Amino acid sequence: MQQLTVFMDIESSRSYIDELYSPDATKVVEALVTLKNSVIGSNRQKSSVIQQGVVPRLLQLMSDEALDPNIRLEATITIGSLAKGTPENVATLVEQGTATALVELLRTVPIGTKLVEAGLCALRSVFLHPPAPIAALPADMRLLTRLTQIAREGTATARCCVVRILSVWCGGHMEQEALCQAGACAAIAAMLANGRNSAPPLARALPALELLANMCFENGNVSQVALNTRHGDKTIPELLMCLVSRDKPLPVALGAARCLTFIHRAGALTADDNRVVFGALPCLARLCTKEMPEEIRAKAAETLSYLAEVDTSLQRLAAISNHLMSSLADIVNCPSAAAKQGAFKCFASLGANDEDIRKRIIETHGLMKHIVSEMKNPEPSIRLAAVRCLHSLSRSVQQLRTTFQDHAVWKPLMQLLNDSPGTELLTVGSSTLCNLLLEFSPAKEPMLDQGAVEMLCNLTKRPEAALRLNGIWALMNMAFQAEQKVKQRILCCLGTEQMFRLLGDSDTRVIMKTLGLLRNLLSTRQHIDAIMSEYSSQVMQAVIVVLEGSYPAEVKEQALCILGNIGDGERARDFIMANEDVLRKLVDYLAHPESKLQEAALFVASNLVRCSEAGAAARQARLADLGVLRALKLLGARQDAAHLHDNDFFSE
Amino acid sequence: MAAIGSGRGTMDSQNQVQSDTVDRLKLLYPNVNEDETPLPRSWSTKDKFSYIGLSQNNLRVHYKGGMQGPGRRPHLPYLHLRLWMYRHGKTHKDAASVRATHPIPAACGLYYFEVRIVSKGRDGYMGIGLSAHGVNMNRLPGWDKHSYGYHGDDGNSFCSSGTGQPYGPTFTTGDVIGCGVNLVDNTCFYTKNGHHLGIAFRGLPPNLYPTVGLQTPGEVVDANFGQQPFLFDIEDMLRELRARTRLAIDEFPLPDGQGEWQQVLHRMVSTYLVHHGYCSTAQAFSRATGQPIDEDIASIKNRQKVSKLVLSGRIGEAIELTRRLYPGLLERDHNLLFLLKCRQFVEMVNGTDSEACGDKACGAASNGVATSVISHTSHPHAHAHAHAHAHAHMCAANGQDVLPHTNGVREEGVGGECTAAAAEEEEEERSRDVDMTPPHNGEHAHAHLHTGSEQLPLKGMPGVTASVAALMAQYRAGGCVCEAAEGAACAEAAAAGDGCGARASVERMLAFGRDLYAMSQKLTQDLYHKSMLEDAFSLLAYSNPWDSPVGWQLEPVRREAVCEALNSAILGDTSTTKSEHKNKYAGLYSRKEAQGMQWVSPVEACAAHSRELLRRMSRAGLGACAFADLPALLRR
Repeated sequence: MQQLTVFMDIESSRSYIDELYSPDATKVVEALVTLKNSVIGSNRQKSSVIQQGVVPRLLQLMSDEALDPNIRLEATITIGSLAKGTPENVATLVEQGTATALVELLRTVPIGTKLVEAGLCALRSVFLHPPAPIAALPADMRLLTRLTQIAREGTATARCCVVRILSVWCGGHMEQEALCQAGACAAIAAMLANGRNSAPPLARALPALELLANMCFENGNVSQVALNTRHGDKTIPELLMCLVSRDKPLPVALGAARCLTFIHRAGALTADDNRVVFGALPCLARLCTKEMPEEIRAKAAETLSYLAEVDTSLQRLAAISNHLMSSLADIVNCPSAAAKQGAFKCFASLGANDEDIRKRIIETHGLMKHIVSEMKNPEPSIRLAAVRCLHSLSRSVQQLRTTFQDHAVWKPLMQLLNDSPGTELLTVGSSTLCNLLLEFSPAKEPMLDQGAVEMLCNLTKRPEAALRLNGIWALMNMAFQAEQKVKQRILCCLGTEQMFRLLGDSDTRVIMKTLGLLRNLLSTRQHIDAIMSEYSSQVMQAVIVVLEGSYPAEVKEQALCILGNIGDGERARDFIMANEDVLRKLVDYLAHPESKLQEAALFVASNLVRCSEAGAAARQARLADLGVLRALKLLGARQDAAHLHDNDFFSE
Repeated sequence: MAAIGSGRGTMDSQNQVQSDTVDRLKLLYPNVNEDETPLPRSWSTKDKFSYIGLSQNNLRVHYKGGMQGPGRRPHLPYLHLRLWMYRHGKTHKDAASVRATHPIPAACGLYYFEVRIVSKGRDGYMGIGLSAHGVNMNRLPGWDKHSYGYHGDDGNSFCSSGTGQPYGPTFTTGDVIGCGVNLVDNTCFYTKNGHHLGIAFRGLPPNLYPTVGLQTPGEVVDANFGQQPFLFDIEDMLRELRARTRLAIDEFPLPDGQGEWQQVLHRMVSTYLVHHGYCSTAQAFSRATGQPIDEDIASIKNRQKVSKLVLSGRIGEAIELTRRLYPGLLERDHNLLFLLKCRQFVEMVNGTDSEACGDKACGAASNGVATSVISHTSHPHAHAHAHAHAHAHMCAANGQDVLPHTNGVREEGVGGECTAAAAEEEEEERSRDVDMTPPHNGEHAHAHLHTGSEQLPLKGMPGVTASVAALMAQYRAGGCVCEAAEGAACAEAAAAGDGCGARASVERMLAFGRDLYAMSQKLTQDLYHKSMLEDAFSLLAYSNPWDSPVGWQLEPVRREAVCEALNSAILGDTSTTKSEHKNKYAGLYSRKEAQGMQWVSPVEACAAHSRELLRRMSRAGLGACAFADLPALLRR
């Protein structure tokens, strides 16, 4: 039976496919209709027809302006039908230039005709299959203006199709600006306006909201235009405010809240604007509640995390809205990756700044055990989100000492970071490590045993600045008030060469943290002497490099602080006294116009000449020779340095 | 002077606010029948603990402490007073609550009120919530059974328990806390400064009162029961619930067999058309849908004729036609006859009923200007003359209306009415009354003239007599006062050549009224009849009835109820009972028995049934009734 139908298909298709090439228009139409009917609803037939190489002929029939309009229409509809097939079918169609041909068709055919509608439907189907052939639609202003005109004036189907296509197409800053210039905002406003009933129909509103969100994403200029675009007596934000209300379909409310969120984050609406505070925020909090379908909750949580990411007042507000935290804790238990990820991200945003909220997240909702277990989730996006959440929560000193310790959070984290993770995960994870390695953190010791030092040292060799920064930062934290063996281990592992490399880093923050690490390494007197006995030349060289180089003042300040620390060491200070270069620099810095550099230089000098120590007199004399006293007198005369006068330099 | 002026201004604006508040609450809770279940509008001066003081129209609550016992605020020197203040409010014994004047009606569907914390006082131990009648007031809301509260000091919610659950943020001076009760789901939520905090309680019992409790000196809170705009967008939630209820109704699953909507709807439409006598439409519909029409076409047409007469205000003719077509109907149903007669009286005042002043009615009808017997003056003699005209006019009008009147039948009808409707001693007057139907021959007009010219002294109509007598005098003295105004409208009266015949026609009305009164005496006394009669008679007390407090009766739309009653009676004929009619006249379709369905069309029965169900839901505490918007559902 199966055999027979296949045979018949091929048999029958052969005949009408031949007809497609007939010079007789009526025969071509008949063949097209037969072809169209045969491929509708059957992926197998679509594949078969495409394999037979009919597509170029169809495109030709569609594009030839000399042909009967009916032929062109039927050909376009058939292409549209083929574009609804499998991803492979669509890929083949795109390869054969379907997308470009359709775009060309749209350039010429008058708006409002059936041909335009069929062409748009086909192009939409093509665009909905990732990867969309973005390049087929150039950012040509005439074309875009024409498309937005269709979005305003076309038939209902054409409007929805064109906006859908544009929403997929609008993926970057250039596209956003081009669409904005072509008047897409006005078209969107028209599509969001009320229909005869109280709300625009779902099919019309959803693509428009999608396009608006994509256009406003991180684009302050477009957001500002959207803010002022009106349809009838309502501006776009006012239309959105209508759509976020509770009686609207959930996807529409979510889409509208998303647009308001993006407009806010692009800087066009302030965080205390009513449309954010009473429009987007409560809507998203409501969409996170248990009554909502999972996919809505997932997207709402993710959007809310973006909304509240930076603003503390919005975080506080969200935290009390509609039991949001319970809702999120519940979403964490949802099976889908999107939901878990959204919930973790949202928790991360909520806890970003406010200690109270962090405490509530952890204490009332027992989130930590979920984070720990999801950090082992096979899905990378979930692992990433869980670590993000952990990072946000790790900003709490109290939590570091309690919950983090109770759950031995560092274990899965270390495991994750050692397990060759992606850059993003590594960035967030190492940021978390920085917090976990703070001196008051009880996780510090066990992490050292797990090879944290080696891992961090490796991080400092990464090409990504953020990773280098996190690595060196974590090392700095680790070295703070650490035991000598830890310090030795860091120095040993990092190596002086790497340290010099870091001092020459393109990122000033990395240099700052490297010097900070040196300072922390050279803290208490015994440690200073011990380390200097081993690395004196390298350290002194590093300091000189910085002091001589063209670094910003705060970097040089760090270098002077290191000198100060060295000057505190029993034997170590001799390394300074022996280095005339350094001493001369010190005198120079005492006269430096930058007061914080003067201050730091003063700190070094006072350490060197402290009289209770052995050999102080000799050092005083040496410094006096170099003109320190003169520099100090000048300093004393300066009004703005008054706070520096109170020191023991003249105490003799 | 200016001061006084401005003073008045504020007074006015206050009054304005007052009337606005009424509207605001009505707008928020349109389905609440405040006669049955009043809305809470202020705190109760009685239902409160003595430590609570009220002010500002009983909307502000402050903690004043007791007159005796531990909470009493003593007269002490300043420092001692501070010490007392410090100690006071330390224990639960110092807590005090106040309830609103009324419980929350279920028909609100979603109820909401807001409380602004004017001052947190010493410690801010404030509770906002709900409690049932009789719950101890020496407590904060939430501590006892059937009591629910959200407390400002710790942000906890208390659900009939001394220990709270973590719920929301704390609240203090300047915050606005809202409390919403969803009477569909029986849940309660709070808001803080317009932000929804989430559901606090589920499974609430019915009939809870808004309640606040205070515990330490200096605590002051203001309530807003809806008189002022809320901070929280409650409208949004109302819309949601409306949409939800609508969806629930739309998607209600029907058992097999009853789910054949098409069939049911066709039947509904068809019966509706038949019921109201839209004969040709019904036939056309029947042809298109294959719905059988149960009633004879001729019978529908007859009812249509009667209805047309009633709707055009020609009640006398309608009565006449009814008697002819459905002999015995009105005799059996005195209440219906009384209703018709009452309406006839009103139409006489209106000037539309043909027998009052046939010609002018026609004149008025053709001119499109309302005219009245009262404003028209017509001499008895001229009246007869006019009737002759009226006859001609009527025929013209009837031609349009397709009203075939035949003399023979009509006269039989007259006889029938005489015997049945009129009491023995008033038979004479009755017959004259009957005469008021449009005469079809000159002889009849003459008879009318004779009976009409006989005048009876006013008697036996307490309450109405005096005013009517006064009116009579007035008309006798200056009968042409109104005529001047409406003279243009009654060209034919002018043609009759006599402009001061008001007396006769008014007297005829009075005579008619006396009959009506006598008739009402014989009916079972009930308030509805009495008030209907009084309303009708009251029309005579005004020089311009249209512009009077009882003028609403003259509106043509009032004919519809009468028309419907008559139509129903014809359809139901003998099956209707007195009480049913009474209810029906009052607009209450409370009957449930299927047996009498003929007298009301299924679609109306369905609507009425739904209305009654909504009322019952409201009484049974089912809040969803607030969101089943019947008119909106029917419009769709």
